[in-house]
Amino acid sequence: MANLGQIDSANMDSYEHLLQAADLDDLIQAILEHGYEVYGPTLVDKAITYGKILSSADLPQGWTDEQEGGHYRVKRRTDNAYFGYVVGPHSWKKYLQLPHRPIWKSSRQEQEVQIIEIKEDVPKLAFLGVRSCELHAIAIQDRVLIESDYPNSNYRDRRSGLFTVAVNCTTAAPTCFCTAMQTGPAVTLTSDLTMTEVLEGKRHFFLIESGTELGAQILAQLPLKPSTVEEKQQAQKGIESAETQMRQGPRHFDSSDLKELLYRNFESPSWDKVAERCLSCANCTMACPTCFCSTVEDTTDLSGENAERWERWDSCFTSDFSHITGGSVRADTRSRYRQWMTHKLATWHDQFDSSGCVGCGRCITWCPVGIDLTEEVRTIRNLEQP
Amino acid sequence: MVPDPRLIATEKGKPKLAVWKFTSCDGCQLSLLDCEDELLLLAEEVEIAYFLEASSKVEEGPYDISLVEGSITTPDDVQRIQKVRKQSRFLVSIGACATAGGIQSLRNFADVTEFTSVVYARPDYIATLKDSTPISAHVPVDFELQGCPINKLQLLEVISAFLNQRAPQVSAHSVCIECKLKGNVCVWVAHGTPCMGPITHAGCGALCPSYNRGCYACYGPKENPNGESLCHWWAEKLGTDKATIIENIRNYNALAGSFKKIGESLEVNKKRTT
Repeated sequence: MANLGQIDSANMDSYEHLLQAADLDDLIQAILEHGYEVYGPTLVDKAITYGKILSSADLPQGWTDEQEGGHYRVKRRTDNAYFGYVVGPHSWKKYLQLPHRPIWKSSRQEQEVQIIEIKEDVPKLAFLGVRSCELHAIAIQDRVLIESDYPNSNYRDRRSGLFTVAVNCTTAAPTCFCTAMQTGPAVTLTSDLTMTEVLEGKRHFFLIESGTELGAQILAQLPLKPSTVEEKQQAQKGIESAETQMRQGPRHFDSSDLKELLYRNFESPSWDKVAERCLSCANCTMACPTCFCSTVEDTTDLSGENAERWERWDSCFTSDFSHITGGSVRADTRSRYRQWMTHKLATWHDQFDSSGCVGCGRCITWCPVGIDLTEEVRTIRNLEQP
Repeated sequence: MVPDPRLIATEKGKPKLAVWKFTSCDGCQLSLLDCEDELLLLAEEVEIAYFLEASSKVEEGPYDISLVEGSITTPDDVQRIQKVRKQSRFLVSIGACATAGGIQSLRNFADVTEFTSVVYARPDYIATLKDSTPISAHVPVDFELQGCPINKLQLLEVISAFLNQRAPQVSAHSVCIECKLKGNVCVWVAHGTPCMGPITHAGCGALCPSYNRGCYACYGPKENPNGESLCHWWAEKLGTDKATIIENIRNYNALAGSFKKIGESLEVNKKRTT
């Protein structure tokens, strides 16, 4: 498992190797030859989703995305970039923390009940095109699902053999705010491999570096050439332009006092306002790459001789989530939205020593009514002013 | 919800199941026959004592579990549902008609005598009520299974839960959660298709959005639905016309929860603007 340690900076100096875009498929084949199942971006149902990748032809080359609150469209690019878009409706958690999985089954024989753990034969997973915010999201989920007092063994098993090919972002959507959460756009956590895509005139290449021994082994199989100072500068320029886009965008903000701000504002009138708009549909939590809540569902067959327990993604936006004897603790949308946002941005710090938000913007784009977390922060702050 | 185990007939053998029909299309009770593979297994566990759709052989009550399909629309229905309740230890209403009044509850927003005068040669032969109402408006209901029609797997789950004295795994959350569990791309956000999923009760497995169509709420409202906000956003951002919004709020579940109130406010606005 690549330990997601912090690396110094997005300095391109370490990117000593150049891979021609025409040779990108060699990288995918090399990973496949190491026995991995490769997953990455692919165009499905008019969105860039994560799916199985068998060759570079499966990637959404020449496509980009247009994103705003409650709005997503794929569009043709004017060039042939392989990674010329940001994050889509899926996140990698669907491969690490499975949406729905059996945990155990049991059968009754006479008076004995036998419980059998269902152990998955875990595949070797490789993720291609992981963005910096997503590496941070995986690191956050690791803290919750591996390093906490209540680890999830299936997550740990799926995660332990994970191989990642990260991509530095050279473009940002208006919904992106990783700069505010200090998680990007340049990759700042260790990845087996990290690449920057460059399209300059007629040239199309990747600068690539390894962060692990295995990454270096795969690099050694590729038709690389040394990168020049100029090529490194071109890559750097791409990342800087993504950074500038975000810093000048409407969603950049100072996140340093978020915890204190939200702790002071349990009773802000903004919660009533957002509850009028919120559908409590749970899309934000399902799309969020760090939301980790799950529930267990026990079922029996008609005979009552066989039972199963399944784990399924859950959301703090449902009534069942906080249902205890006597009813739901959070019966109304106001308390559910407040719980989600306060946990994500504030109480998460106390619980897991970091923010629960990586600034990927999925909750903004995939909210059907376009509720914007950054705007809610601003509203709470403004309402606090005397 | 789960009855006292002492109530379940054990000494006399298998629990007795009855299936009742009120004003409905029969589609929900047919989902029991649709169980096919599981039907024989079900017959091993329960005595199918009253199910006219399947057999004219009728066992007398009382019944341990009654599945009630259809809404109450006639003076006779009003009497009969009381008799059904009296004979039933555990009563489950199944389908949009039984849980919400069904598509026939559209009459509640109009004048039913006007309809009967147009449709029937002898309207004076027609004994019908002004309103179509759900079963719960007349008798206590132990569990409501929503859907038009219901999902047969959910029906089996409810029966299994009853037989094994546990709570049924029937989530009251949105269809969106089913979409996201399947990895569906949101038809609303990514295609601009109006979709009722965010306020609709799960259970169908996100059938329509899985085929790139908007949900039209045949499972009725989820818990805590915010239809006002959804309708506002459809009109303002998706450019959905008012007739489409009314059609979606006013169909199989027009009386259910907040759908009724929203439908009425839209009607008022429509009258004002026309």
